[in-house]
Amino acid sequence: MADAPSRIGILVFPGSNCDRDCHHAVEQIMGARAEFIWHKNASLPQLDAVIIPGGFSYGDYLRTGAIARFSPVMAAVTRFAEAGGLVLGICNGFQILLEAGLLPGAMLRNRSLSFICRDVRVRVENTATPFTGRCKPGQVLTLPIAHADGNYYTDQSTLSKLNAQNRIVFRYCTPDGQVTPEANPNGSLDGIAGITNAAGNVLGLMPHPERSAEALLGNEDGRLILFSLLDSIKSGRFAPKPVMAS
Amino acid sequence: MKAKVSVTLKRGILDPQGQAVLHALGSLGYSGVQDVRMGKLLELELATSDRAGAEAEVKAMCERLLANTVIEDYRIELVD
Repeated sequence: MADAPSRIGILVFPGSNCDRDCHHAVEQIMGARAEFIWHKNASLPQLDAVIIPGGFSYGDYLRTGAIARFSPVMAAVTRFAEAGGLVLGICNGFQILLEAGLLPGAMLRNRSLSFICRDVRVRVENTATPFTGRCKPGQVLTLPIAHADGNYYTDQSTLSKLNAQNRIVFRYCTPDGQVTPEANPNGSLDGIAGITNAAGNVLGLMPHPERSAEALLGNEDGRLILFSLLDSIKSGRFAPKPVMAS
Repeated sequence: MKAKVSVTLKRGILDPQGQAVLHALGSLGYSGVQDVRMGKLLELELATSDRAGAEAEVKAMCERLLANTVIEDYRIELVD
């Protein structure tokens, strides 16, 4: 008998706009089962991973992610993450994870004040995460970004901790892998494009792997992240531990 | 009672919008402006007349939602 397909939940907030791209990537590229989860849901079905997709949840009013993080589903996602479940936040999903406190730091407006929509290069800084197992150390990926608020900021002590614990997973870089101010599209602190939580099961990143995972679209680098996630699910090492209903 | 809440980026955090306004003012000839910090103003109509209670509640609102204290400071002004 074939293994049951992996089940990946995709949160949908008012203003999410990459939810369908993620659904396509999960079902058509990863071969897993995707399930949309409306933000009003106070609980999650049985899932192997959660994706918080990009977009403009609540119109980015007040701050990006600031209102979405109080949606009922985020309490369920927090419990899922605390139980060890895999959570991937892409772009606005990363911003929501920051506002929810599942990842440290905050996003400032891009240094240029512009909405930036283009391919960037990122260097893989840590291949020992559930999201980067298929990457080589220092590998340079080409991935698209599309955001106005990707200028990551945190205080110096948190930055030191992120570095010491290898939690900076992606940094903006030049095509040959140098992290330079010129290669940094948005002014992000230390060139940060993606970080994990301390346990490593929650990743937030600004670039969009789901938009760069098909040869037809000219770029497949995003597959490395998507299939690393699938490998991690199938390994069984990241199955969320059962928790008492609260 | 009304609460006026102003939210600005903390000192030391680059405010690119404030910098853009600063440069625009400079190009208009207002050379005496040394810095511009841009922020948000929120006006809250409150049902209470209890100042101490209102202050505590608006402070809690700021900490939870209205400001992100990683990057922002807030000031509360209560107006009868």
